[in-house]
Amino acid sequence: MTRERIVSLRNPWFTRSVGITAAIAIVAAVVGFVWLPLQHPGERFKSVWDAICSAAGLVRNAAPGTQIVRADYPTTRVEIDPQMLSGASAESIGRGATLALRCTMCHGARGLSQADTPNLAGQYPVAIYKELLDFKTGARVSAIMAPLVADLSDADMRDLAAYYAYLPRVTSSGAAAGEAPPIVTSGAPLRSIAPCGACHGEVDSKASAAWLEGQPAVYLRTQLEAFASGARRNDIGEQMRNVARGMTAAEIDAASEFYARAQ
Amino acid sequence: MWNSRRLVLAHLWFAFASFGAALPLGEWQMFIRSPLHPWISDPEWYYRSVTAHGTTMAYVFPTLVAMGFGYFVTEQALRRPMVGLRWAWLGFALVVVGTIAAIVPVALGRASVLYTFYPPLIGHPSYYIGIVLVVVGSWVWVALMSINMYRWKRDNPGAPVPFPMFATVAGSYLWAWTAVGAALELLFQIIPVALGLRDTIDAGLARVFFSWTLHAIVYFWLMPAYIAYYTIVPRAIGGRLFSDTMGRIAFILFLVVAMPIGIHHAFEDPQIGSGFKYLHSVVTAVVALPTVLTVFTICASVEIAGRLRGGKGVLGWLAALPWRNPVMLGAALSFVMLGFGGAGGLINMSYQLNATVHNTQWITGHFHLIFAGAIVIMYFVIAYDIWPHLTGRTLDSFGLMRAQLWTWFIGMIVLTFPWHWVGILGMPRRMAFYDYTDPAIAPQALSVTMSVIGGAILVISGVLFFIVLVRGQTTLRTEPAVYRFSVAVRPPRTLPAALNGFGLWLGLMVALTIVNYGFPIAHSLATPGTAVPAVKVGERW
Repeated sequence: MTRERIVSLRNPWFTRSVGITAAIAIVAAVVGFVWLPLQHPGERFKSVWDAICSAAGLVRNAAPGTQIVRADYPTTRVEIDPQMLSGASAESIGRGATLALRCTMCHGARGLSQADTPNLAGQYPVAIYKELLDFKTGARVSAIMAPLVADLSDADMRDLAAYYAYLPRVTSSGAAAGEAPPIVTSGAPLRSIAPCGACHGEVDSKASAAWLEGQPAVYLRTQLEAFASGARRNDIGEQMRNVARGMTAAEIDAASEFYARAQ
Repeated sequence: MWNSRRLVLAHLWFAFASFGAALPLGEWQMFIRSPLHPWISDPEWYYRSVTAHGTTMAYVFPTLVAMGFGYFVTEQALRRPMVGLRWAWLGFALVVVGTIAAIVPVALGRASVLYTFYPPLIGHPSYYIGIVLVVVGSWVWVALMSINMYRWKRDNPGAPVPFPMFATVAGSYLWAWTAVGAALELLFQIIPVALGLRDTIDAGLARVFFSWTLHAIVYFWLMPAYIAYYTIVPRAIGGRLFSDTMGRIAFILFLVVAMPIGIHHAFEDPQIGSGFKYLHSVVTAVVALPTVLTVFTICASVEIAGRLRGGKGVLGWLAALPWRNPVMLGAALSFVMLGFGGAGGLINMSYQLNATVHNTQWITGHFHLIFAGAIVIMYFVIAYDIWPHLTGRTLDSFGLMRAQLWTWFIGMIVLTFPWHWVGILGMPRRMAFYDYTDPAIAPQALSVTMSVIGGAILVISGVLFFIVLVRGQTTLRTEPAVYRFSVAVRPPRTLPAALNGFGLWLGLMVALTIVNYGFPIAHSLATPGTAVPAVKVGERW
C-alpha cells in the first residue's frame, strides 16, 4: 500500500487523471486556437499558424492594404507622467523669471492678469510646459502665442514653467465662490461627462490638467467652446473635446463662472 | 491533547471582529449611492470605504477563518497535539500586523485603490506590504498543515488520512499556489513603484497576475464551507457522510482545476488572446464538477439522516430533518444561495454572455451572493458548532442562532437579487454616484433601495451573531464531549495512494497553470512598451 508508486503507467489514477486533464486541455486548445478563429467571419488568416498566433494574442502588423487613419492636424508630442518637472532648481526659476519678462504684457508682472488672459502664477509646471510646446508645434493654435514661442528652446520652456509654478497663486479676495455647480462636483454620468473636479482639483488632480481656480471666466468659456467645436485639439485623448461637446451652454457658463470666482 | 484552543479562538475572534468592522461599511456604501441619500460630493470617501471593506472581507476575514478552522481540524481530526504551535502564533502575529499596516493607510485615504489594486493606481506602500504580511502569515499555516499531515502519515503508515485533514490540506495547498499570482504582482510590480523605485507599471501583466489569484481565492474562501458540508453537517443532523471517496475527489478536483481559470475575469482585456480566454472558459466549466459532486454527496448524506430519523417516501425524509438545528438550517440556506450564485457564475464564465454583464453591478451581486451568502453563512455555522469546544461553555441561544441565519439569508437575497437585476439593466459597478433623477436610470432607484434594505437586514444579522457569541462567553462552564466529525457510510480502511496524498494533484495543478498562464505572462514580459505611468492616489500635487 505505502509502496504504491503514483507516477507510474501502471497506476490507473496517474494515467487517467493525466490523460483526462491533457485531453481537456488539448481539445480546448484546438477549439480555441484553431477552430473558433477560423469560423470568425471577417477574419482572413493566411494560414492555420496565423490563426493560432492571433488567438494567442500576439501583436501582429496590420494586414497589407488596411487603411490606417491618422489625424490630419498636428497632435501634441508631449508625454507626461505625474512626476514630471517636479523639484525645479533655483537657477531654473531664475532663468524662467528673466524669460518671463516678455510675457508680462498679457500675463501680468507676477503672473496675474487683468486682461482675461490666463493667470499663470502657481499654475502646475507640467500644464505650462505642455501648452508652450503645443503652441510651438502648432498642436494648439494661437496667432499671439505662436511667434512668441517660436524661438524658445526646450530648456527655456521648462524654466518658464518652473518660474510660474513658483509664483504664489491668486490670493483670496474674500469673494466666496459659492457652492460648486453639479457639473464640477458630479459631472453628468449619463452623458459620460466626468466631474471637472475629478481632474482639475476640486476632487482630485490628474497629471497635465491645469489649475483652474481664479482663471478669467471669459478665457475658460472660450476654451470650452473651442474644445467643443474642435478648434482646439491638443488634448491627445480627446478627453476635453468629448467632455465639452456634451456640455450644455448653461453648464459651460456655470463651470467657467464658478472657477473664476473660486480662488 | 487539545493544545491549540487559544490559538483557534484568537484566529476566529480576530476574523469575526474584522468582519464586524467591515460589515457596516458595505451597508454605508450601498446607502450613500442609493436614491435615499444625496451625493456625498467626494468620491474619495466612497472608494476609501470600498477598499477597507474589500480588503478586510476578502483578505483578512476568510484567511483567518480558514487558518483557525484548519488548526482546529488538525488536532481534532488527527487526534494528537499539533506540531508547530509557536510557528502558528507567529503566523497569526504576521496577519495581525499586516492587517494593521494595510488598514491604516486605507483609513487615511492614502490607498483608495480597492482590494483588487487596479494598477496603474498606486497607493501607500504600507498597504501592499501589509497584505504581503497577511499572505506570509497564511503561508506559515500552509506549511504547518502540510507538516502535520505528513508527520501523521509517517507515524501511521498506510492508514487513510482522516478526511477533514485531507480536505484542509487540499485547501491550504490551493491557497499557497493561488496567492503566488498576487504575490508576484505585489513584489515585482506594485511595491517597487509604491516605494518610488520605478514610476511605470505594466498594468496588463499585473491584471493577468491578479487574475491568477482572483478566481481561485474564491475557492479558498469556499474551502471551510465545503469542509463543513462534508465533515460537520452529516454528523450534526445525525446522519452519515454518503461517500468519503467522493469527498476526496471533489477536493482534489478543486485543487487541480480551480486555479488556472482566472482569465475569465479578464474577458474584456485586450492584452490577452482570445484562445486563452476560451481555454480558461472551458476549465471554468470543469470546476462546476466538484461543486456538483458536493451537492450530490451532501444531499445524499442529508437524505440518510432524514431516513434514519424515520422519514419515508420520495420527499418524506425532507420533513423528518431537524430543521430547528442551526447546522441543518444554515447548510440548507447556504445551498440555496450556492444554487443561485452558481447559476449566475455560469453566465459570468461564458465568453459571450459575460460581455453583457461585465463590469456591471451583476458581478458585485454575484460575488456577494456566493461569498457573503453561501460561504459566510457556513462560517457562522462552523462558529456555532465548534465554539463550545473552544470556550468550554455551552452555546444555547438556538432561537437567536436561527433568527441570525434566517436574517442573513433573507438580507442576502434582498440585497443581491435587485443587485443582479440592475446589472442586467446595465448599471456599471465601481461608481460612487448615480443620478437617479435622470429618466434613463430612474427606474433602477427602486431596485437599489431594496438592496439598501437587504444590507440593513444583514447588519442586524451581524449584530445577532455577536450577541450569540458574547452570550456564549457568559454561560456555565461545561466540559464538552469529544469533538466528532462526520463518519462515512463506509469509512475507508485503505485508500489508493493517489487519494491519500497530493503529489500527483499538485503536479497537475502546476502543469495546468503553466499551460493556461505561461504564454500570456511570457508574452507580456517580452512585449516592449507595455508599461504606463503610475498614478499615485491620495497625493495632491
